[in-house]
This record gives sequence, C-alpha cells and structure tokens, in this order.
Amino acid sequence: MIKDVSFGQYISKNSLIHKLDPRLKLFLLIAYIIFIFLASNAYSLLFITAATFFILFLSKISLKTYFKNIRMIIPIIIFTSLLNALYSGGGTLLFSYGFIKIYTSGIYRACFMTVRIISLILISSVLSYTTTPTDLTDAIESLLSPLKYLGLKNAVHTMAMMMTIALRFIPALIEETDKIMSSQKARGASMESGGLIKRIKALLPILIPLLISSIRRSYELAEAMESRCYNGAEGRVRMKEMHFINKDYFSFAFSIVVFSVTIILNILF
Amino acid sequence: MATLQFGKGIILKKSNNTINNSNNNCNNNCNNCNNNGKSTKENNSQNIIEIKNVSFYYNETEGLPAVDNVSLNIKRGEFLAVLGHNGSGKSTLAKLLNGLLVPDSGEVLVNGLSTKDESQSINIKKTVGMVFQNPDNQIIASIVEEDVAFGPENLGFTPKESRERVESALKAVNMWEFRNKAPHKLSGGQKQRVAIAGVLAMQPECIVFDESTAMLDPKGRKEVMDTLLNLNKNNNITIILITHFMEEAARAKKIAVMNNGKISAAGTPKNIFSDYKLITDTGLALPQPTELLHTLKEKGINVDVSAVNTTDCIEVLSKLLLKEKEA
Repeated sequence: MIKDVSFGQYISKNSLIHKLDPRLKLFLLIAYIIFIFLASNAYSLLFITAATFFILFLSKISLKTYFKNIRMIIPIIIFTSLLNALYSGGGTLLFSYGFIKIYTSGIYRACFMTVRIISLILISSVLSYTTTPTDLTDAIESLLSPLKYLGLKNAVHTMAMMMTIALRFIPALIEETDKIMSSQKARGASMESGGLIKRIKALLPILIPLLISSIRRSYELAEAMESRCYNGAEGRVRMKEMHFINKDYFSFAFSIVVFSVTIILNILF
Repeated sequence: MATLQFGKGIILKKSNNTINNSNNNCNNNCNNCNNNGKSTKENNSQNIIEIKNVSFYYNETEGLPAVDNVSLNIKRGEFLAVLGHNGSGKSTLAKLLNGLLVPDSGEVLVNGLSTKDESQSINIKKTVGMVFQNPDNQIIASIVEEDVAFGPENLGFTPKESRERVESALKAVNMWEFRNKAPHKLSGGQKQRVAIAGVLAMQPECIVFDESTAMLDPKGRKEVMDTLLNLNKNNNITIILITHFMEEAARAKKIAVMNNGKISAAGTPKNIFSDYKLITDTGLALPQPTELLHTLKEKGINVDVSAVNTTDCIEVLSKLLLKEKEA
C-alpha cells in the first residue's frame, strides 16, 4: 500500500546523533560538506572519511542502510571516475588504445573523486536518517531567523509554515492519489500499458481531480487556521524551544577538531 | 467541472463584504456607543451568542439568501443542535457564529461583541471555537501535540503556558498518549478528537461542531459525541452541534430546525420530534424509535410519540403491551 510509505528517510533509533539539536546537525552538515571539498590530498581526505564513518557508527544505523543510498549514484560515480581517468595526464602510462591513454595520476584522481563523492553522500544521509522532517523544518526556520532583521520576518515565517503544511499533507495526498487511481481504473482507465505519450496522457485524469481537491482542501484548511486565531507571524510564539545541551557542545568541539586536522593534513603533505 | 465552487463561492463574497462592512461599521459603532454598557451586562448573565435578524447571501444577484432573517439566542452552557438537510443553510449559520462569514444584514453578537468589528476578530474566534467536517483538513502540523499547540501559539502564550494548555486539552479528549504520533496514522475519530483538542487549547467558551461526525464511522462518531457531551457537562462549554443525524440531535437539550435558510422550529427534542409533519416537510428523517411510534399511531394505535431514544421507546411499548394484555 502506498499509504505506508514513509516520507523522508527518518529511521527512529536512540543514538547520540538522533538526539543532537537539529540546527546544529544542519549547520555541521554544511560544514562537513565544505571540508570534504577542501580536503586536497589523500591523507586529509582519508582522515575526514574516517571521521564520517565514525559518525555513521555513532548513529546506530547499519552501514547496509547507508550504502543503499550509494547504489543509486553508482552511474554518477562511474561517469566522474571515467572522465577523471581519461583526462588527466601525468605519471606513467598504464594503458593505451588508440586515443585512449590512461596514466597512474588518472587512476589516482578517479579513486580520489570516488571517495569524495561517497563521503558526501554518507554524511548527508546521516542528517536525513536521524532527523524528522518536522525537526528539519524547525531548524531551517530557526537558522533563517536572522533574516528578520532585514525586514523579512513574515517571509521566513511563511516559508516555514508552508514547509510544515506540505509535510503534513504529503501522506494525505498520497492516499488521495491512490483513491483517484483506483476509481479511474474502475472506470476502465489503463495506466500501465501503451507508450510513453499514452502513459503521460493517462496521468491527466488523475492529476486534475487531485489538483481540484487540493485547492478545496487548502480552502478548508485556511478556514480552520483562521478559526484558530492564525494571524501570520504577528504575535505568534512557538511552543517548542530548542536548547543546546552538553551533547551539542561536545559534538561541535569534535567537529572543530576534525576540521582542523583536515586542514593541517592538507598543509603538511 | 463547471459546477466547481470553492466553499460555495465564499471568496467572491468576501470582497463584497468589505464594502458593505465599512458602511455598516459606522452604524454599528454609533449603536454600540448608545447601548454598549447595557447590552454587555445582559449578555454576560445569559446569552453567549445573540443572532439578530441575520441574513446572508453568497451571491446577491441570484437573490436567494443562504440564511434568511434568522434570530436566535444561545445561552451559556447550552447544548444546541441545529438540524437541517443539505443546503438548508446550517453550515453557513455556523460560519456566521465565529466571524468566518459576516452577515449582510442584522448582526451576530458574541459576548456582546459584533462579528462585524474587525478589531475584535481574534477575541471572537478565541471565544467561539470551530470543529469542521473533514478531520484531515483542519490538522496543521505533522505531530499531534504541535498541532494542538497551534492555537495557543497564535495567541502568543509563553511556551510553558502553551504546554500546559496542550496537556489539559489532550487529556480532556483522551488523546494524551498519542501526543507524539503523526496525525495520518490515527483513525478518523481520533483525528477529530485531536481537532477538538486544538480548539480546546484556546480555552473557548463555546464550540461549534459543523457536521463534525459526518465523515466518521459509527465508532468514531460515538467517540466524538461522547467527548462533546463530556465537555458540555464537565467543562461547562456551550456546544452547538450542526448535524443531520437525528440520533445525535436527540441528545441535545435544545434543537433548532433549519429549512431554506430559516429556522422553522425550535424546542426540546421531544417537542420537535413529536411534530411529524414538521420533520417530513423539512426533508428530514425521524430517529428510528420515534419513527416507529409515529407509524404505530398512524395505524390507529393510541401511543405517546414523544420518546426520542431506544430506552424510552421500549418503555412506552412495554406499557402499551401490558395494557393490551389486561384488556
């Protein structure tokens, strides 16, 4: 059943990473991505990759789950590796066939890029596996909140509210799509047969009712929100408060150490 | 597709209203100056909502009003059911009660405040909460407790106060243990109870249920009805139940029957249901026990038709049978 598909990739576990403040996680993720790109030699890259695996280990989610994500980007990895292998000259020639020449430095660069891409995917998965979409929305709202000093308070609030509502309605809309598909099938619509154009055409009788019902839904939702005294960002105080606790400070310090070592390794070698 | 109307064309209506409003407001303000002190005193003692000669048109050019010159007083702590078939104007009346719609003529006073007064809009919505028909379309957040907190958050309560309100509201509807669940994993009745909690967290004096049981299965309907009766009895909250289920209306203290935008009758369930002609004329069906008694009477059996629930009906029938035996 489509209904049971969970949106987002959150996996509930009781781990240090799960309990971290979502704002910190989001911030550190961006920092890790930057430093993975900054790692310019094998030593620093291997170091930050090792740190990434340590974080994966802390999240108590099996490596198998993480590597599922990598399977999807194998084509990208092969493509970048090939490009790098083919287009970098230097070192000794290993293989040549017509215009194709592969040098040792090419192999080195291909391996380097592969490790870099894998680390990027792994560290990003940590965030999506350990943080609920709701927490993520709150984190984004809170990290964007300095924008209110630029007179964008309402814009930030509206964005966050839109994300909250979108997350809330994804399961409802999936369920509705399921129903519409069933009822169109009952009327004799075929969705699995025919060529590409025919299949796209078959989607129309599903999309149009879905669109109409979404508009109707949004109208009802607006009335419900109005009835509950919603007045935009004006005078609104969030119930959920976010505080940094010891775990957060510790993780922050740990990450700073990882970043510094990466830079030092970059300079030394 | 041509018949598609969003919320029965309310969007169109609202723009018209603002023009009307500015005119009406002037009059109102003057009226308020004259009898403000007097009317609020009266209101505080008795009526929570006063509907005075209210008419409302969705589309003025087409002529027919959705609500036609309705007057009704709703007493504090009352449990009122508004009955009517589809299109009788009962949902429109509900939306007029908390200012979602503003009357074209006449006025609605909530605790003495006119719903036409924009500046009192939040106060009125805080006093008169609304629970709608579709539980899915009134839950805003993807976690139960955050959804219930939506009202208090809008009213600007501190996080601590909001938390207390959320807790007491969820406990009042017996949903406290579900506070960390996602709404889409709950049953219809549970979702509707979350929606009720969301309204309760604003601590309203009155809650309007706009066909809130219509989309639920019998179990969910019972859950919602029990919650609603409990709130009326224990928390002394005024309940206005808009419905077309007779069995639900029979549990109210007072019933108003709507037909073609007018209130065609008002009274206790016993009074209303003993008037067979009135009920059938308004396109409604009697509760099954009452229907049975009416049929017996039609067949020439002398029976009291005022019973509105199964227990009363059994009592009447057993008395009748005993009499027959003796004779």
